[in-house]
Amino acid sequence: MGPLVPEVIGNELNFIVALFVGIAFGFILEQAGFSTSKKLVGLFYGYDFTVLRVFFTAGLVAMIGVIAFDHWGLLDISLVYINPTFLWSAIIGGLIMGLGFVVGGFCPGTSVCAAAIGKIDAMIFIAGSFFGVLLFAEGYPLFENLYKAAPWGNVRVFDTLGISQSLFAFLLTVVAVGAFWATTWIENKVNGKSNPEFNSKPLYLGLTGLALILALSAFALPEKRDALLAELDDTNFVNSYVVGSMDCDELAFNLMDKDKNLQIIDLRKQKDFDVMSLPNSTRFDLENLFEKTAHKLLTIKHKKNVFISEDEIMAKKGAVLARELGYTESYYLKGGLKQFRNDILNFKLPGAASNQHEIDTYRFRTEAAKVLPVMIQEYKVKLAATSSESNKPKRVVGGC
Amino acid sequence: MNETKYMNPYLAGLFLGLILLVTIFITGRGLGASGAVKSAVVATVQTVTPTHTAETKFYKEYQEEHPGNPLKSWLVFEIIGVVIGAFISGLISNRLKFKLERSPKSTTKIRIAGALAGGLLFGFGAQIGRGCTSGAALSGMAVLSAGGLITMMAIFGGAYAFAYFFRKLWI
Repeated sequence: MGPLVPEVIGNELNFIVALFVGIAFGFILEQAGFSTSKKLVGLFYGYDFTVLRVFFTAGLVAMIGVIAFDHWGLLDISLVYINPTFLWSAIIGGLIMGLGFVVGGFCPGTSVCAAAIGKIDAMIFIAGSFFGVLLFAEGYPLFENLYKAAPWGNVRVFDTLGISQSLFAFLLTVVAVGAFWATTWIENKVNGKSNPEFNSKPLYLGLTGLALILALSAFALPEKRDALLAELDDTNFVNSYVVGSMDCDELAFNLMDKDKNLQIIDLRKQKDFDVMSLPNSTRFDLENLFEKTAHKLLTIKHKKNVFISEDEIMAKKGAVLARELGYTESYYLKGGLKQFRNDILNFKLPGAASNQHEIDTYRFRTEAAKVLPVMIQEYKVKLAATSSESNKPKRVVGGC
Repeated sequence: MNETKYMNPYLAGLFLGLILLVTIFITGRGLGASGAVKSAVVATVQTVTPTHTAETKFYKEYQEEHPGNPLKSWLVFEIIGVVIGAFISGLISNRLKFKLERSPKSTTKIRIAGALAGGLLFGFGAQIGRGCTSGAALSGMAVLSAGGLITMMAIFGGAYAFAYFFRKLWI
């Protein structure tokens, strides 16, 4: 599951990845013609829309790819860098950059690309941008209020607009494809002739169709997360779902047996978990099950994953969700922790046993009620000692 | 020898999109450019006047967020790659040539001043806007960041709004 950094690919190796990514990036930018300011500003005077075509095609491909990877569980989007939104700095910074674009004829990436093939104006542009950054750095206290105004956090645009990711992706694709056709028409008008490169109408009609089909496929790739969580809210769905379970006695036995293959996933709130947690249990929220940490834990071979919570229904939700996400060895605690407390931890002899089975059960539970609280206490001490060093992976820090 | 034709823009866009997608999959972050200029600025100021960087808020905040040598950053390595990649592309397409490109209606002096001023504005704007066309607009669009898309619209909207006043530079 991506991102591969830092676990599969170390932080040092990541610099080598950066170098190769850069080589590919620079090569394509240059091949596309981004190494000449004439072509770049053509966008703003209507005679050459290459930039728009390359930029939007790239954006759409990457966007649909990210949506698909997320849907198939190949990429944990909660670890991917989402550029933070600061409303006013985004608008004003963008406008200043727009001005810089028409005055200078480059943007930072393209200026580097152009300088690499010997464009002197691009080298001057880079020198200018150096002073622009220096100006910001030295005058930072003056701009700080603007820079930090209206922080919206790492929000995604469809959440801001209150629509689904699929709908936004579809609309953006329609707008982009519409822009491709409209700008080709404008370009032909401005230049007084049609660009021979786009003469093959059937090809471009085909590509338009393909793009729209791809965009429609975004609806077939809804955010799995939202759909599954919505299903779990339906109690009937959860109740009728067939998934393995473990009863309190079996769990108690496995715990006392220190069964190495037992993994307990506790779905209660952190504060309840801090008060009392079963030995070697791990706490997750339902949402965490979509993430990479859960993926690593739940895919360890030969492990039996038992979901627990105060109530059985919540524990079962965890097991159902895990099963839906493809983690086959998922079970839930029958009766929940409520019953576990009642039957095991706080076991009181209900009176004389009437048959051999009850005699055995009562004997076991009496023993468990002595042993388990000690193990729970030991685990609490252990947790307190390690809690300071949280090993949950963090969102990648990216951006410019 | 003549220059080779440029790549079909949609094909180039497809490749660029795939590069971006692979980058996000491997590293969890998108592409960028202006961040490398920032690293260069911080490194330069640090070398020239170390006491100044120790006292100034911007550099202190930068050091807190990026401990270690400012040049040992992902974007610096990426930009070194861009130089190599663009150079290779220019080499195989016969476009390597020292040249100050300007519109025939403009003069060399004006072009130099424009490039310098434009670079300054872009570098400054990219700091305010937390990223440029690559880091904020393109990578932001890939992950559907609200801020990235707002910046993108502001960059292109701004460029169109100001284009008329600077038309003499280009057409």
